[in-house]
Amino acid sequence: MAEEKPKGKREKVPRQEMAEQKPEDRTRNFNEVPFGYSPEQARLEASRCLQCKKPKCIDGCPVEIDIPGFIQLIHDGDFIGAARKLKEKNSLPAICGRVCPQEDQCEKVCILGKKDEPVAVGRLERFVADWERAQGEIEIPSKDPPTGKRVAVVGSGPAGLTLAGDLIKKGHAVTVFEALHKTGGVLVYGIPEFRLPKAIVQAEVDYLAKLGVEIKVDNVIGRIRTVDELFEEGYHAVFVGIGAGLPLFMGIPGENFCGIYSANEYLTRSNLMKAYLFPEYDTPIARGKNVAVFGAGNVSMDSARTALRLGAEKVRIVYRRSRVEMPARIEEIQRAEEEGVEFHLLTTPTRFFGDDNGWVTGMECIRMELGEPDESGRRRPVPIKGSEFSMECDLAVVAIGAGANPLLPNTTPGLELNKRGYIVADLETGKTTKKGVWAGGDIVTGSATVISAMGAGRQAANCIHDYLMGGGKTWP
Amino acid sequence: MFKIVSKREMAERTVCEFDIVAPDIARKAKPGQFVVIRANETGERIPLTMAGTDTEAGTIKIIFQVVGKTTALLRSFGEGDEITDIIGPLGIPTHVENLGTVICVGGGTGVAVMYPITKAYKEAGNHVIAIIGARTKDLLILEDEMTAASHDLRVTTDDGSYGHHGFVTDVLKQILDERDDVTLVVGIGPVPMMKFLCKMTKEYDVKTMVSLNPIMVDATGMCGACRVSVGGRTRFCCVDGPEFDGHQVDFEELVKRQRAYLTEEKASLDRFTEQNPE
Repeated sequence: MAEEKPKGKREKVPRQEMAEQKPEDRTRNFNEVPFGYSPEQARLEASRCLQCKKPKCIDGCPVEIDIPGFIQLIHDGDFIGAARKLKEKNSLPAICGRVCPQEDQCEKVCILGKKDEPVAVGRLERFVADWERAQGEIEIPSKDPPTGKRVAVVGSGPAGLTLAGDLIKKGHAVTVFEALHKTGGVLVYGIPEFRLPKAIVQAEVDYLAKLGVEIKVDNVIGRIRTVDELFEEGYHAVFVGIGAGLPLFMGIPGENFCGIYSANEYLTRSNLMKAYLFPEYDTPIARGKNVAVFGAGNVSMDSARTALRLGAEKVRIVYRRSRVEMPARIEEIQRAEEEGVEFHLLTTPTRFFGDDNGWVTGMECIRMELGEPDESGRRRPVPIKGSEFSMECDLAVVAIGAGANPLLPNTTPGLELNKRGYIVADLETGKTTKKGVWAGGDIVTGSATVISAMGAGRQAANCIHDYLMGGGKTWP
Repeated sequence: MFKIVSKREMAERTVCEFDIVAPDIARKAKPGQFVVIRANETGERIPLTMAGTDTEAGTIKIIFQVVGKTTALLRSFGEGDEITDIIGPLGIPTHVENLGTVICVGGGTGVAVMYPITKAYKEAGNHVIAIIGARTKDLLILEDEMTAASHDLRVTTDDGSYGHHGFVTDVLKQILDERDDVTLVVGIGPVPMMKFLCKMTKEYDVKTMVSLNPIMVDATGMCGACRVSVGGRTRFCCVDGPEFDGHQVDFEELVKRQRAYLTEEKASLDRFTEQNPE
């Protein structure tokens, strides 16, 4: 039963903090950092929600979750009901509750946040999803009758998984093709265990399999079969959600010394291949004592914190702009700082030094200052002449972003790309220039967030459904 | 899961050949392409070259040298056993056309990679001279296959136990001295062999392609573990290769990058040998 919230008493409930591992403990393991809310805490936090008549938080959410609705159910103590409410719009709540940048979305526009701190929507979402999973009461929703239509989903990241879940429920036969040996895309190769436990991703994939989604790993589309061959095999629609999986390097001398990794390689070795468990797992990873990470996005923070957990004594983020331009979530920056990661801002490497065996030993850096804003609107970093200096390091991770992997686009005639190699697709529907092919997520927008990829998957699913039910004769 | 249907050991058990059921890969694979294998749930991903395919049987043939834990583990597999993951075909196929006279040089296990490429050049109408070599007679592989795949096969052994006493490059030099109609040399083998071979063919100004085998993880262009410097540019061997113009390749860097995990590889193999005494 919903209790009447007495006016004026709300301020007495502060935003609930999640208990978490202490920095000195957590840098010695790969376990998740926060423990999550207790049921009491969740209800307390839920009681802070104003239940606005015109909730801004829903507009702030890329998949338009009924946020006040699920929070009210938590407040009522109906956690399973809250989970069902969430899943009406979001098929991956345990993941979004952990990795969504809520501070830029739902929580940013929360009315409570104007004078006080916003409702902890992300933490509540996470609580509800974890509760449902722990109760083993994951409901398998009913499916529409079979339509006889087949959809191929290329890539099993957040966009592809969301789309697969939506379309299987609408009665279509869905096959997901994954290039790696495990499903989840960036959720399994990129985001570390301490931020997103892999068992959670696996549970979401298992759920889709239970719904009837066919999952084919070890399938590099563009090599083992092309998009055109998928149509020949009888698929009626193809969704391309392959992410932005081409690591960018800085193009400076010495960058191919051993011990210099792309963040993709470093994180893939640790996360997907479980190199942190070497030699139980066969994949090795260099365990640097003195580590430099270039870039200041979430991937940089993940790399830096992974290095600490792999035994580094000193880990530095080296970033060419200043603190305000750092693209990482504030929470991730804070966690990295708590764990002892140092920040060297307005600094960029100009070349690497190595030993006779080809291993990196250090680098030359140069100081930067901020000039006029560039096309991204951020002030452009300009090198300060004569400010070069040396820094030692025995491991370096380049985390300056990713580009479009050309493997699939290059084998798909008729698929228009923009000049940076990303697939041209309608941002509302995901439709590409090739009949029967949709695309969404990072391969369209460039590196973005899990939730925006999920939003793109949802929109494309709606459009594909309409197309298939309309007979698929016209394009667009 | 990918079932092994036949197994053959060669070269004093240092080299092993499997035929594996992988119909989708068999259907698409072309000479020069490779697969990535993850032997079991705790396994690493390693690239292995396909020495052939049988589209009717739906099988691929892989030949590998036992050099580390993963290849030792693979050798312990028998007919009927299953490999957890095989991903492929990967890499850009060999660009095969009728060029005239082509010399295919294979050293050690590189002969396995060379075999389908040699066959393809012959089928495309080239006059194909093949040179294969090994340290000693018992380590030589695929002699019969290479005889059939070429017009003229020369064999060398480092210790003189069979064929020409010396290196494959000695015989290559002889041929290059004798004839001026050689349009292409393809060299595949250990890095020192390829490096030396390229140095030689550069003196003769003969175009030379090599197939590189750096460390890879995903092998789909996602990680950059396999980056090699070619003509001063960084290329990803998995998607831009594995074949490159040998005269442009920075072999020094390649060999250093190949040795990046030597300590871990040894520890891993020692641990495996201890746990699985033969």
